[in-house]
Amino acid sequence: MLGVKLCGIKLENPTVLASGILGVTKEGVDRIGKAGAGAVTLKSLCHEERQGYKNPAIIVWEKGMLNAIGLSGQGISNAIKDFRRLDDVSVPVIGSIFGYRTEDFAHVASEMSKLKPAMIEVDISCPHVDYGKPICSDKELTMEITRAVKKNTKIPVSIKLSPNVADIREIAHAAERAGADAITAINAASGMAIDIDARKPILSNKIGGVSGPALKPIALRCVYQIYDTVKIPIIGTGGVSNGKDALEMVMAGATAVGVGTAVYYRGIEVFGEICKEMQEWMKTNNVKNLDEIRGCAHK
Amino acid sequence: MLSLELNKTEMPKVLPIVGAVREGKGQKTVFVKCNDDVKPGQFYMVWIPGIDAKPFAVSYKSKGELGFTSQIVGPFTAEFDRLEKGDKVGLFGPYGNSFTLKENACVVAGGVGMSSVSTLIDFLKNPEIIYGARSKEHLIYTKRFKNKRITYCTDDGSFGRKGFTTEALEEALKNSNNKKSSKKDKNKIKIVYTCGPEVMMKKVAEICEKYKVGCEVSMERHMSCGFGICGKCALNGKFVCVDGPVFNAKELKKLSDFGKEARLKSCRKVPLSEYHAPKAH
Ligand SMILES: Cc1cc2nc3c(=O)[nH]c(=O)nc-3n(C[C@H](O)[C@H](O)[C@H](O)COP(=O)(O)OP(=O)(O)OC[C@H]3O[C@@H](n4cnc5c(N)ncnc54)[C@H](O)[C@@H]3O)c2cc1C
Ligand SMILES: Cc1cc2nc3c(=O)[nH]c(=O)nc-3n(C[C@H](O)[C@H](O)[C@H](O)COP(=O)(O)O)c2cc1C
Repeated sequence: MLGVKLCGIKLENPTVLASGILGVTKEGVDRIGKAGAGAVTLKSLCHEERQGYKNPAIIVWEKGMLNAIGLSGQGISNAIKDFRRLDDVSVPVIGSIFGYRTEDFAHVASEMSKLKPAMIEVDISCPHVDYGKPICSDKELTMEITRAVKKNTKIPVSIKLSPNVADIREIAHAAERAGADAITAINAASGMAIDIDARKPILSNKIGGVSGPALKPIALRCVYQIYDTVKIPIIGTGGVSNGKDALEMVMAGATAVGVGTAVYYRGIEVFGEICKEMQEWMKTNNVKNLDEIRGCAHK
Repeated sequence: MLSLELNKTEMPKVLPIVGAVREGKGQKTVFVKCNDDVKPGQFYMVWIPGIDAKPFAVSYKSKGELGFTSQIVGPFTAEFDRLEKGDKVGLFGPYGNSFTLKENACVVAGGVGMSSVSTLIDFLKNPEIIYGARSKEHLIYTKRFKNKRITYCTDDGSFGRKGFTTEALEEALKNSNNKKSSKKDKNKIKIVYTCGPEVMMKKVAEICEKYKVGCEVSMERHMSCGFGICGKCALNGKFVCVDGPVFNAKELKKLSDFGKEARLKSCRKVPLSEYHAPKAH
């Protein structure tokens, strides 16, 4: 009933653990696969080891989460020694990568492929690039990086977009033209919180990414616009906390649904619970599978 | 149900320090006014605004105050050591699970690990305490437990008996097992609670297995959030912040990382010796 096909990969259900939530270890993502996710995304890795920012790195206010982990990670070469392979995990694994320059993206893509993930996701939304401006809002750079990654792997590639751009359709279109197999949308939106007693921004990096419920309307709008623009499948991500949110994403056009911050609210059982809630609605409304309703909000 | 869950937040309570006590060289306790319901074993992410936030056990809980004790091991704890009355700290938490509070307990603490079991000791009825450190100057709270059954051990013999806590534990369990009469059986050690250097805790767990006594261990790993999102405190497939910090020794025995390897802030896995080696940040 909930099974979907994403770039030729069979997922038992459309829920996908979003990158950066618990997924820093293979054992961690395996546990989340066993808890019911249809697929799991690892925390983004680049060509070098990164410590990330100081704490506080994650806070939660009444409407959502703010994080500035600073893309900490062990780097692809340490990860290869640590994980050995990724095709023996309980569910398909998506290897998330990033770099500072195009060559770094190419290199990490080729190294990541050795671990045999089901898919590679390219995080072009990171703020740590050498280019001077973030890649996410530059369609030329998006094309250049997508081509470089595609040239260095045979595994399906999804480009992960940021909402912090003037027109997300342009970027999605650029990624598709350069050969992307899918789009993941969206990454967190830029934001801040200040503690009035400390009289300082709470995050050590001052600025962080908004995720969770506050992000959902923005994510839904982005997925809706991207579905209008490209033919490749979309992993709709941002603020999905329950079955209703997930169904909204599918109706906007998503093939799979990313879930990150909801793990905080509902624990790792959230994947199974979202599926149950989707199925209940589908039964009541006599919907046999998700293809029947995908993109229906456009009609 | 879900709307209730969506009301959860993780924001700091920024509080002035109402008291600061020097415990020993590089060791300090600070107190804040806070009425949180905290169970023995739970911890907070303690934020020094503008610096960083790191996990700390509650070392005192009384009269509407909480205390935190730190030992200098790196840049954050060095800043902690400079905190004085009137300075502000932010508290995120309380986080993590807690110790089961069983009777006939023995508490084995090593170094600043004592801070993680001190409120447990306050709570338990007449526990047997074994507390060790390298030397006298590394022991904290030497006057706090003077009315309790406590055995001090130092590696160099500068305070209490010379030797390791694990040797004292083995003796205590031997004696306890030899107690035959039903009256004395009441005093038989049934559970061992431990916090300290991981190599010590691993040994404690092995000794408890040998003497068929329950054992709970308070673990330490690098943390960014403290509430089960960043994934950095991974101990194999477990997360120390939400699955722990207190683990049953039987559960730990199945985890190959225990007593062997830990992940740095970047999540690179290294041998424990490297994890605890002083390094520049
Ligand atoms: C649940 C929990 C409760 C804790 N409670 C307390 C507490 O009550 N009091 C307290 O002082 N600490 C406690 N800690 C440890 C404390 O969080 C760390 O000591 C602190 O984060 C170190 O920060 P730093 O910047 O000073 O040093 P870092 O730069 O992070 O570390 C400096 C070096 O010391 C090593 N190191 C870190 N911690 C220890 C340690 N415990 N023993 C030996 N070497 C270490 C590091 O690996 C590194 O090599 C607790 C940890 C956890 C997970
Ligand atoms: C703590 C945290 C860390 C994240 N790290 C990454 C990352 O490394 N790479 C990435 O592409 N996205 C990262 N994200 C973004 C998420 O994958 C996701 O796109 C975003 O949080 C929106 O989904 P959500 O509302 O379901 O969390 C992170 C999000 C959070 C909350």
